[in-house]
Amino acid sequence: MNFGFTEEQELLRAEVRKFLDQNAPLEEVRKIVETPEGFDRHLWNRMGELGWIGLAMPEAHGGVGLDFVTLVVLLEETGRSLFPSPLLSTVIAAHAIQSLGDEAQQARWLPGLADGRAIGSLALLEDNDSLDPADMALRGKADGDDWILSGSKRIVPDAGVADCFVVAFRSGSSPDAISLAVVDKDSVGLSVSDHPVMDLTKRSGQLQLAELRVKSDAILGEAGAAADAVRSLVDLGATLVAAEAVGAAEAALEITTRFAKEREQFDSKIGRFQGVKHPLAEMYVDVESFRSLVYYAAWCLDQGASEAPAASRAASQAKAYAAEAFARIGIDGVQLHGGVGYTDEYDIQLYLKRSKWARPAFGDSDYHYDRLAAQGGL
Amino acid sequence: MDFKLSPEEEAFRDEVRAFLDENLPPDGERGPEFGAEWNRKVREKRWVGFSWPEEVGGGGGSLMEQVILKDEMAKRKAPSLGSCFMGLAWVGPSLIEYGTEAQKQRFVPDILDGKYQWCTGYSEPGSGSDLASLQCKCTRDGDEYVVNGQKIWTSIAMWSKWMILLVRTDTTGAAKHDGITCLLVEMDSPGLEVRPIKNMSGSSMFAEVFFTDVRVPVENRLGEEGQGWQVTISALAHERSGIAEFHGLMRNLDRLKDLAKRSMKNGRPASEDPGLRRRLVRAETKVEAMRLNGMRFLTKQLKGEKLSSETSINKLHRALLEIELGEIALEIQGSAAPLWQGAAPVADDGHWQRFALGWPEVVIGGGTPNIQKNIIAERILGLPKD
Repeated sequence: MNFGFTEEQELLRAEVRKFLDQNAPLEEVRKIVETPEGFDRHLWNRMGELGWIGLAMPEAHGGVGLDFVTLVVLLEETGRSLFPSPLLSTVIAAHAIQSLGDEAQQARWLPGLADGRAIGSLALLEDNDSLDPADMALRGKADGDDWILSGSKRIVPDAGVADCFVVAFRSGSSPDAISLAVVDKDSVGLSVSDHPVMDLTKRSGQLQLAELRVKSDAILGEAGAAADAVRSLVDLGATLVAAEAVGAAEAALEITTRFAKEREQFDSKIGRFQGVKHPLAEMYVDVESFRSLVYYAAWCLDQGASEAPAASRAASQAKAYAAEAFARIGIDGVQLHGGVGYTDEYDIQLYLKRSKWARPAFGDSDYHYDRLAAQGGL
Repeated sequence: MDFKLSPEEEAFRDEVRAFLDENLPPDGERGPEFGAEWNRKVREKRWVGFSWPEEVGGGGGSLMEQVILKDEMAKRKAPSLGSCFMGLAWVGPSLIEYGTEAQKQRFVPDILDGKYQWCTGYSEPGSGSDLASLQCKCTRDGDEYVVNGQKIWTSIAMWSKWMILLVRTDTTGAAKHDGITCLLVEMDSPGLEVRPIKNMSGSSMFAEVFFTDVRVPVENRLGEEGQGWQVTISALAHERSGIAEFHGLMRNLDRLKDLAKRSMKNGRPASEDPGLRRRLVRAETKVEAMRLNGMRFLTKQLKGEKLSSETSINKLHRALLEIELGEIALEIQGSAAPLWQGAAPVADDGHWQRFALGWPEVVIGGGTPNIQKNIIAERILGLPKD
């Protein structure tokens, strides 16, 4: 029995932290997010060379072939540093291609996604803001073996820099008749625009599809049979977003704790007052608790189909707890800083904004609690 | 990460399962003689005091075996292992570490056999969360100590034969922890009076205990004079990961889901109320987090590291969940919530009403939530002491 990390995983953690501390401290992050692309291509390529982007992608297609538990270690660190990059988007898009795509599709897309030459993103959300396949409205029109797509996708992560999109669309009238297709960013009929965002470290945008032709060789798996895959991708996305939230929330706690040890009021360090101590203790309890849930969810995901119901439950629990707790931590972190917490100069506000991004990504607490209730005998 | 058991651990788990198959009838089918039979059989297996060394009559079980045993027992809703609850939790561990040979021989077998109950005389009216400030006075008179003072919140004092008692032997004002001594006191000693405290749910679990010139033979001192604090803390040194509470909380959650399906609220089953549904699974998520936190603590222990203040995480969860489950139970019952046992609209013979008033026993007894937060803030986050 060992609910902990291996020596190699701890080594990876140390290596990633060193890399990010050296190359992307927060003052650097603040500069990177002001660039047009919002991330640093040079650092991104180095991460690709180091095998970090392709960490959990298959070895046969340029990845490192490690598991999601190891990926969680990497994401805790990128979260901690608020590192701006299309890492999450690329990893999730790659997983869609890896789990549903045939050999030719994997060979075409994965090597580039694994080493950073290509950036991928999963396009799910539409105007009704639902993650449920049954609610997906973007409808494909069959044209021989091809599909013609017209409509839009919104809040697509890293849309502005993505080279390819895994697009979910409806290919039949039954609620589960959903297909996933890989669409090149340069496809005729596709236009991409950036959303202005609150958290500058997390970009997203809008896809307009006007008579976009999807060839049959771009459909992942069988047409109309991807609803379960979409649900699994939500499980994965929820877990990975929560993993980044572990690192980010922990950093917010550290920053606020440090402040409470230094700041003096009423002739005392404010950290001596229980009104400051207790919210900090609550933050600690919450971070440690959703950390445990995230680790377990990643482990369940690694067990594959045999643990799919457990993975779905664990992912929902992890994301539900993380979304709620991280949002609280962001607010308490700023509040405990007093006036300076409101300034752009102090870093705590960056974490508050990140918590706003993390809350709805792949389902907020209510979404996941409702899912848990329905699956848990209520 | 790996949740597999070793072959030896699996063999032990199978042994426990086989024992339960053979000796544990389903919940409703346990006859009047079952309790005594059960106690005898688990004692024979040395599963009472399973973590204690074999030379004192314990089971010498490894950490992982202890977890497996508790887990299997809880899954099957087995009765507790041993019946001398305070003796097993508090007195035994202190006796094993600090007791004389004579004391161990006299008391340890009786605790394991559950011959009689022990209670713990720790808290005082003026010393609750700040236990080390205790004032119960104790002077020496030849071969005896003479105790004068009062204890409070003494669980099951009225049904106990012995008490493990903390007194102040040094009142010179030296460091407050050093003036404390630990005594073992017979409850029928002259001058010792027990007054049960009626709690807000109407029952009595606690008592006040008054001492007026109560004489205790020096041979019944546990540890040295002035060593009482360490003696008591030693029982705390074996911090628990908190995994054990998981099954009990999950069982209550399952029962609450069932109650929600049977209860009408606002014209529909309470289980269809979106707010209640979310609260139930939110509580369940915290229970699962407790279980997994416990697994991480256990992993640390298995690597040979000692647990310390991090166990406050699960103590805090446990306390808040205890309150929250009671609140959910009442809200499920809607307008019937403030009624009591005997009223027609009340479910399950008023069990949940009593449950919803019962949390202080858990929440206050184990160190209040605010104390747990202080522990985390000061000992883990390193914030300055109050």
